[in-house]
Amino acid sequence: MATKNIAGVDVNVNEEGYLTDHSQWTREIGEAIAKEEGIELTESHWKVMEFLQKEVKENGALPTIRRLTKSGVVDTKTLYQLFPDGPMKKASKIAGLEKPASCV
Amino acid sequence: MTDEKIKKVSIVVSRGSLEGVYPGLIMANGARMEGMEANLFFTFFGLYAVLDKYMDNIKIATVGNPAMRVPDAKGFPLPTLLGALPGMSAFATWMMNKTMDKLDIPPVREFIEMISAAGGKLYACKATVDMFDLTMDDFCPEVDKVLTVGEFYEMSAGAQIIFT
Repeated sequence: MATKNIAGVDVNVNEEGYLTDHSQWTREIGEAIAKEEGIELTESHWKVMEFLQKEVKENGALPTIRRLTKSGVVDTKTLYQLFPDGPMKKASKIAGLEKPASCV
Repeated sequence: MTDEKIKKVSIVVSRGSLEGVYPGLIMANGARMEGMEANLFFTFFGLYAVLDKYMDNIKIATVGNPAMRVPDAKGFPLPTLLGALPGMSAFATWMMNKTMDKLDIPPVREFIEMISAAGGKLYACKATVDMFDLTMDDFCPEVDKVLTVGEFYEMSAGAQIIFT
């Protein structure tokens, strides 16, 4: 396991840059990863990521895109606009969560 | 040296059964989830997946499918003659839809809407449209255009073409 200095803090990451220990995540780290990914975070981004974090905390797994969009937090089109080039992967990475492992 | 990432896929859906339609939809949606450009091309009976009047009634083929088992994937092989009984296909479809819903794999119409909202493009095959005597009005609103084979290839420049 590698460590990476993000926003001035040493955190554990895997080879793709996903945090391996969510307890090390802070909003500042999220901001820094988002910057690396070329995404400027807005309130809508945070809503999506907070939903993902809540789901992982409650169910131990990331929701599917369908579950996320049905929750009313965001619709599919907006989700793809907020996080271009792979919305769930980007959102999970910035939110300090694991890489999505669902086919849908 | 690292292999170059796939940036664009063109997926051909040629069959109209549930097991014929879903792989293409899952692959197209999955491509968008990975940030790839995705084009879906519906041809022959695959067109039924985007025909407004019929897309909610896509069914599993219970005849001519030697891998089909009941009551679940590890059960007994379903003899072709039993598979031909009235209601068999509807029942198997109902069972499978229930399982898929649990896994958040949406019904065909919702899946098509989802792929379209995700930026995937949907096209119908001109040869089949002519053969089946169809017009744009017969399709669900997510279908962008009717394409000739030539246009399909033009549009697929730089893409991986996947036939299902």
